[in-house]
Amino acid sequence: MTAPTCGVPAALQVRGVSRREFVRFCSSMAATLALPPKYLGVIASALAKADRPILVWLEFQDCAGNSESMLRSSNPPVTEFVLDLLSWEYHELLMAGAGKQAEDALERVVREHAGQYIAVVEGAIPTADGGVYCTIGGKTALDIAKHVCSNAVANIAVGACAWDGGLVRSNPNPTGALGLQDAVPGLKNLINLGGCPHNPANTAAVLVHYLTFHELPALDEYRRPLFAYGDIIHDQCERRAHYDAGRFVEEWGDEGHRKGYCLYKMGCKGPEATYNCPTVRWNDGTSWPVKAGHGCIACASHRFWDTKSPFYRRLPSVPGFGVDVTADQIGWGITGLAVTAMAAQVVGDIVRDKVKARKENAETPEPPQSRQA
Amino acid sequence: MARIVIDPVTRIEGHLRIEAQVDGGTISDAWSSGTMFRGIEMILRGRDPREAWIWAQRICGVCTAVHALASVTAVEDALGIEVPDNARIIRNIIAATQTMADHIIHFYQLHALDWVDVESSLKADPAKTSQLAQSISEWPLSSAKYFKGVQDRISALFASKQLSIFGTGYWGHPAYRLPPEANLMALAHYLEALQFQKEFLRIHAVLGGKNPHLQSFLVGGMSTAMDPNEPDATINPERIDFLLQVAKSASAFVSQVYIPDVLAVAGFYPAWFALGAGVGNYMSYGGYSQGSVNDPSSFFLPRGLLLSRDLSTVHPVDTAKIKEYVARSWYEYSGGDQIAKHPFEGETIPKYSGPKPPYEFLTVEEKYSWIKAPRYDDQPMEVGPLARMLVAYASGQPDVKKIFDAALATLKVPITAMFSTLGRIAARALETQLLGDLNITWIEQLGTNLATSNVRIHNGETWDPGSWPKSARGLGFFEAPRGSLGHWVEIEDRSIKNYQAVVPSTWNAGPRDARGQRGPYEAGLLKTPVADPDRPLELLRTVHSFDPCLACAVHVVDARGYKYAGAHG
Repeated sequence: MTAPTCGVPAALQVRGVSRREFVRFCSSMAATLALPPKYLGVIASALAKADRPILVWLEFQDCAGNSESMLRSSNPPVTEFVLDLLSWEYHELLMAGAGKQAEDALERVVREHAGQYIAVVEGAIPTADGGVYCTIGGKTALDIAKHVCSNAVANIAVGACAWDGGLVRSNPNPTGALGLQDAVPGLKNLINLGGCPHNPANTAAVLVHYLTFHELPALDEYRRPLFAYGDIIHDQCERRAHYDAGRFVEEWGDEGHRKGYCLYKMGCKGPEATYNCPTVRWNDGTSWPVKAGHGCIACASHRFWDTKSPFYRRLPSVPGFGVDVTADQIGWGITGLAVTAMAAQVVGDIVRDKVKARKENAETPEPPQSRQA
Repeated sequence: MARIVIDPVTRIEGHLRIEAQVDGGTISDAWSSGTMFRGIEMILRGRDPREAWIWAQRICGVCTAVHALASVTAVEDALGIEVPDNARIIRNIIAATQTMADHIIHFYQLHALDWVDVESSLKADPAKTSQLAQSISEWPLSSAKYFKGVQDRISALFASKQLSIFGTGYWGHPAYRLPPEANLMALAHYLEALQFQKEFLRIHAVLGGKNPHLQSFLVGGMSTAMDPNEPDATINPERIDFLLQVAKSASAFVSQVYIPDVLAVAGFYPAWFALGAGVGNYMSYGGYSQGSVNDPSSFFLPRGLLLSRDLSTVHPVDTAKIKEYVARSWYEYSGGDQIAKHPFEGETIPKYSGPKPPYEFLTVEEKYSWIKAPRYDDQPMEVGPLARMLVAYASGQPDVKKIFDAALATLKVPITAMFSTLGRIAARALETQLLGDLNITWIEQLGTNLATSNVRIHNGETWDPGSWPKSARGLGFFEAPRGSLGHWVEIEDRSIKNYQAVVPSTWNAGPRDARGQRGPYEAGLLKTPVADPDRPLELLRTVHSFDPCLACAVHVVDARGYKYAGAHG
């Protein structure tokens, strides 16, 4: 029996994907990544040449929501990632073997493919009390992360918990949970894909970008890809025209709510959140929270559980200015943050401090009792 | 005699470890351990009860939505409000869709590889596979060419020596019984199910903005505004059509793929109708209100419990009898670890006393899990689809009785065969079919309401916290995909004073209690054969039949105040 090649063209041929379908896929990737059309051919030829790189997916203090979100990937669907584009050699949610077989598979990847595999991390990493709050195979999450991620060619932190500790790290952080970058400092080629959960369209785009160019896309100061986290939600929102015209939902289910008016007064955090949620949407582009009539909770923002709650409290307004000015100013500040972030952390800090100061001048959100205690 | 350890147990949600004693090729004892703790409980205290659901939903991203549903229900109970009819219907659709999707993903992605030998499918004759598929179902994807395509794709994978997620399988294990053609058919459906679930869950995207972690619940109703004439309303006639179309496709997949596959697989593994029974007590809170959410008699699935596999008497559920032990869990109780506490008096004080990692074995004679041990009237209870269906069957629920009697006749087994590993699989599949039909009915009801301009979606009486009493407490009960879920909330001065959840996998995956009684996983594993201790495939079959969800199992809030030695910034 002649061994078929394991490259993408063979896989494409085997599964009956036409050249046209493949190019359509590549062009949708180029669109998500905001790459000029000339890159379409580059993506196509890179994927067509690629051997299947190895990917390992680690779950720590997680809810598996990011694994589940990956299953909802539509372009390409997860079956193609797992069977055709990559060799998905460790993922507790999906892999056939358990226990020793699973542990051995992970160890074999680290030993035989050090410096070559992609590591995806989901969930926070507990650091308190010797790491006893998350063990797998009797080993702590921290030890596993150090061992596996330090030897990866690229690390992708998916979801809020893996990025900045997320909900698990939120006040008062009972288990000393941290995101990957803080738990294992100095990782090379780390990219953070915040969100609760991550949007698989962005993760797919990052993987394809990496397979194509062998490097990560342009990042902001939080090591998030600019293509996904560079624009303010409020500016991309389908309800923005209502905001500009002063048409707001005043009560849940009122006429404005039924007509799709702006959710700003119901606590929407869109004016101070960046993400491509309104354009990429979720579940094959079907919808996103604002389309479902609920405000944005800024789930892709840094430490959003603590910094963006209470979620139904209206964003602060500045005395002497209209609603419009306030939200836009805050929004402008965030844009500045995203654009200048790579070059100057300090600028980002200044902008953030300004936004914070503005909030405090206006209306100090009441912290939950536990934080006062 | 050998002690075997399976950690991580894969193809589940979360971090589960099983240690088992194997004597003469059979499991003589077993210990179930949850190895991850987050402490979501103390994080919730002091927050706005109206947003508790947003936080609580993150207890689990697999059975997403269910903790949100239990949470809003608990807060609504505390505030004494009832949601409008449209919100009730939408919540039913969301819940049924969640349960159906979870069951299908469970059977194919999480459980199938325990019964289906992927490598064996390479030897299948695609023409015979086609004949087999067409003999059991009208599902159109059944040509020899189609199965040849699937086989080629898997052949290429094996030839490349990069087997991806299939690389660690137990292929060739003597416990596999399916012929190559059945393996190939099931494998094709494994791949179809992966495609199916993402299409099906677009229902959640419409009604919740996204899946996982829907974002459309409100205390008092839903945010999904309805209007028959507004194109920008979340729910309009076009959206109803879309939901109906997706729900009907799902029902077709269930009746033409999932159900025939389950019956076919079960036919090759009759011994598993006599293995894995477990504790033999079954509890269901019931659910899917057809009238008032506060009236259990209006529930499609009845509330009740069965004791000692006795189907002749359905006992009522008294929530005051639910208590949790920490005698063998890494927590301590003020008042001593031998007592049990009701959720409203519960405590969650973590105190790890297990071996220092890295470790080889747990000290199972002492404390060995982050999961507590819930008991009903001091009895361990199995919860989940099997419990729901058995309680409904014993209660004489006509739809459940009809579908079960038909399946039992096909399988040529008595109802008592359901007390088993395969019983759980069958119950899950049959429940999926029932919910699929109901889902269509509910979407049609929503469409009728919309057409008649009955568009009320939210009860705003208590949205303003200024309208609340100084203190209040409420319960939210719900049948999640994996079983009985309860949230207990205590509100004081407009914020959460205490929050507690007792979750399905806590019931099923919990360790021993102070009296040494095993939890359902532990009891279910007794007498399970293990042909090869290095590849304990049979053990996985029974554990997986419960559909473990460990992030859910380890959770929670205490009622008196979370006493924790040190918080870490």
